[in-house]
Amino acid sequence: MTNNPSFGQQIKLAARYAFPHTIPIFAGFWFLGITYGIYMNVSGFNFLYPLLMSLTIFGGSLEFVAVEMLLSSFAPLQTLVMALMIQARHLFYGIAMLDRFKGTGLKKIYLIFGMCDESFSINCSIKPPKGIDQGWFMFFVTLFNQIYWVSGAALGGLLGSLISFDTEGLEFVMTAMFVVIFLEQWLKERKHYTAVIGITVSSVCLLLAGPDAFLLPAMACILLLLTIFRKPIEKAGETT
Amino acid sequence: MTLTQQIITIALCALGTMATRFLPFLLFSSRKPTPGYIQYLGKALPAAIFGMLVVYCLKNVDILSGSHGLPEAAAILVVIGLHLWKRQMLLSIAGGTICYMLLVQRILIN
Repeated sequence: MTNNPSFGQQIKLAARYAFPHTIPIFAGFWFLGITYGIYMNVSGFNFLYPLLMSLTIFGGSLEFVAVEMLLSSFAPLQTLVMALMIQARHLFYGIAMLDRFKGTGLKKIYLIFGMCDESFSINCSIKPPKGIDQGWFMFFVTLFNQIYWVSGAALGGLLGSLISFDTEGLEFVMTAMFVVIFLEQWLKERKHYTAVIGITVSSVCLLLAGPDAFLLPAMACILLLLTIFRKPIEKAGETT
Repeated sequence: MTLTQQIITIALCALGTMATRFLPFLLFSSRKPTPGYIQYLGKALPAAIFGMLVVYCLKNVDILSGSHGLPEAAAILVVIGLHLWKRQMLLSIAGGTICYMLLVQRILIN
């Protein structure tokens, strides 16, 4: 390592390249994180709770649910099952990133630990140009995102109900981001089997099972359809 | 709930999350080649997952009442239009979000 003078430079380049990609997440995470902190605050927990929970759990939707669980009576098994169900989609992310995370050394542990929806989205869809180390790029995307989320949650917990702002609608930043990433995937493919499967199956499951219960059946059906239609999908070459 | 019970509850949430994040990497070691089916899933899943996440973001939109999902639909069209036009990720996201905020704050209230 010592005879590689550009090592520090490489890290700096990766950080600098990663940052702009995380700006939309910053907006979304601060908004949601502060909201979460305020929510915890008004639920009777001091700022250490949102701070530590956002640091260790680092999964937005579960953290909101966890507030409810902390206010109810102690139910460890139900808590664990709930956590596994809400977070089950991360299994998908992990499978998609198996190869991408190879050869990232010790950083891999943090990359996996911090693989929230948003970090996964960026790391999965953006390939840094030559000269920028992909491992460090993914590391900084993950780190920046977690800093935004944890600082937002702690700030919300500290400020509590003191602040009022008219940021109604800012949460749409997440929707917009996923639409853009989905569109990018769509434009990359020659055939759109998997994209159509994702949208259609999820919509149908949402209609049938409702907003709180549709994720698990949707994931199961997506997996099933991708397995059944593996041959035509691979043949279409859209999975390259 | 006592403090200990609170700590256990939070720890279980963290444990459940980490189990789902680490499991694929523990099951499929990086030394052995990943099975073909799993490799296929790794390539085929992202497009389907992002489709699912778009639906997930819109899951609480009620088409039958309120604003009937019109602000969401309009803002998504803006995002798509901007993106097909300029292909600038940040511009598309910012444009769509600002459009949505204007719609829900200014137009729908009055």
